[in-house]
Amino acid sequence: MTAENAQQATSKEVMVELRNVNKWYGDFHVLKNINLKVSKGERIIICGPSGCGKSTLIRCMNRLEEHQEGEIIVSGITLDDDLKHIDRVRRDIGMVFQQFNLFPHLTVLENCCLAPIWVQKQSRKDAEAIAMKYLERVQIADQAKKFPGQLSGGQQQRVAIARSLCMNPSIMLFDEPTSALDPEMIKEVLDVMVDLAREGMTMLCVTHEMGFAKTVANRVLFMDAGEIIEENEPNEFFNNPQSDRTKLFLSQIL
Amino acid sequence: MTVHITTPTADKAPPASSVGVMGWLRKNLFSSATNSIFTLIGLVLIYKIVPPALNWAFFTADWVGSTKGDCTSEGACWVFVIVRIKQFLFGFYPPSEYWRVITSFSLVGVLVAWLLIERTPKKGLVAAFTVFCYPIIAYFLFYGGSFGLPVVETHKWGGLMLTLILATIGMFCALPIGIILALGRRSSMPIAKTMSIIFIEFWRGVPLITVLFMSSVMLPIFMPETWQFDKLLRALIGIIFFQSAYMAEVVRGGLQAIPRGQYEAAEALGLSYWKTTFFIILPQALKMVIPGIVNTFIALFKDTTLVLIIGLFDLLAVVQAAFADPKWLGFSVEGYVFVASVYWVSCFSMSRYSQHLEKKLNTGHAR
Repeated sequence: MTAENAQQATSKEVMVELRNVNKWYGDFHVLKNINLKVSKGERIIICGPSGCGKSTLIRCMNRLEEHQEGEIIVSGITLDDDLKHIDRVRRDIGMVFQQFNLFPHLTVLENCCLAPIWVQKQSRKDAEAIAMKYLERVQIADQAKKFPGQLSGGQQQRVAIARSLCMNPSIMLFDEPTSALDPEMIKEVLDVMVDLAREGMTMLCVTHEMGFAKTVANRVLFMDAGEIIEENEPNEFFNNPQSDRTKLFLSQIL
Repeated sequence: MTVHITTPTADKAPPASSVGVMGWLRKNLFSSATNSIFTLIGLVLIYKIVPPALNWAFFTADWVGSTKGDCTSEGACWVFVIVRIKQFLFGFYPPSEYWRVITSFSLVGVLVAWLLIERTPKKGLVAAFTVFCYPIIAYFLFYGGSFGLPVVETHKWGGLMLTLILATIGMFCALPIGIILALGRRSSMPIAKTMSIIFIEFWRGVPLITVLFMSSVMLPIFMPETWQFDKLLRALIGIIFFQSAYMAEVVRGGLQAIPRGQYEAAEALGLSYWKTTFFIILPQALKMVIPGIVNTFIALFKDTTLVLIIGLFDLLAVVQAAFADPKWLGFSVEGYVFVASVYWVSCFSMSRYSQHLEKKLNTGHAR
């Protein structure tokens, strides 16, 4: 009850809630008792050493991975085996991948229009208009007729962000969006993400870009061995880490 | 710190020995002693084989006439083929009904050309017509029995016409069935998966000749009288099942080459299994295995000759039957060369088209 009262007091809508989530890959316990609440408009950065379960955590939120124990509630819908629930959650949650995962046989514009047309049943004309709007926002509208293979990594990732935005999601998940990019292309992608954050998008982002974390995050979560070890607002997190594991991790990456 | 270059160096032309005709010859034909020897042996062989073959087939061949006696020169006697061409093309189809076969093949020719040539309008409509309406039209044209057309029993069908019917229906059905089997084999549903594996492994494991024998000899023995159906249809089903098993494995190869991320991106966008398969996975997978698909098509096209062992007179069987004509004894070489050229031209066209298709569909993602 106290949790609910607290929620009403801040009058913030909860977008994602995880309660005692556990997940195993075979015998490997990859997520351990994860509890997390994400309110509307919050920007959360998740970091931690490789293999700590941070990607798995956000991939559970749109059911790319299945959790075995606990509850995940996204936009009021509980994720379970019901395919309709999964469908509704996926319509409301966009995802950007480390490897972009654009569809190489479709043009940039077709990449953006496919899901709006076939999932949201928009007309081709409307879908294209919306796609062009988002492609302009990520400053790549002039490449709309090209195929992904003809673009640089940074351009591809911006297209991937636009493709997700075309579904008009209320939550965006980013799974190491800049890790596969050449250094000179990281900034163009981060700039788009900063813009998105300024417009109030609810974001969960797995990243090691600490500058980005300091600019946009409300909260930074540090994970290790499948657990959330520490969470704090960014300045406090970086300047005053509490646990030894966090200190060790920060000393390695900064 | 030192600066080495202040102005960019201008490009120079490559050395003359590495470009042009001489450069090409040196690089490709005479790069080493062994290479030069092989080049010379090759030239000698070409000189020994090609001119006599051309002489036999064209320059000293007989083209006009109506009997064996008209073949007087030492080259090939194409009169044999020309005199019997109608039988080679139509088998025992009644000559008064030839127009039906010609109409049907012309129609499908136009439809296919319409679909293959770029920038023709209304492709979707034409494709739908080809898939759903044309088979019905073709059936009534070939078999008759309606619209005042007399029935022509399938045992009268033969020659190139039968070969093309077997091959086109075979390809047309083997590809979709193969795709479904490949998807089934990769499915997470145990029943669909098991059924697909059993089907594929069974049909891939038996020789086509056995399949054809079973369909024409065994089935009539084991099946009740009322269940009997046309021999041609039985052979056709045998060919389709046999080739679709091969096709399934070709397509599965393509499906396995699709990165996991493509499925995940489609899932994350909310696309269902079938929409993902149809819009994302199959277009990429099929594009990758075009060489394999065409390979199977070519094998299927040539395997149709095996129907001669169950008494269907395809092109090869009709030509072989003509060898036995006492008026035309001794022209089997011409007959076989004719059959071989028809098959070669058809298969080579398929191969060329597939190469064109690969180039056209390349969107630059293969790095």
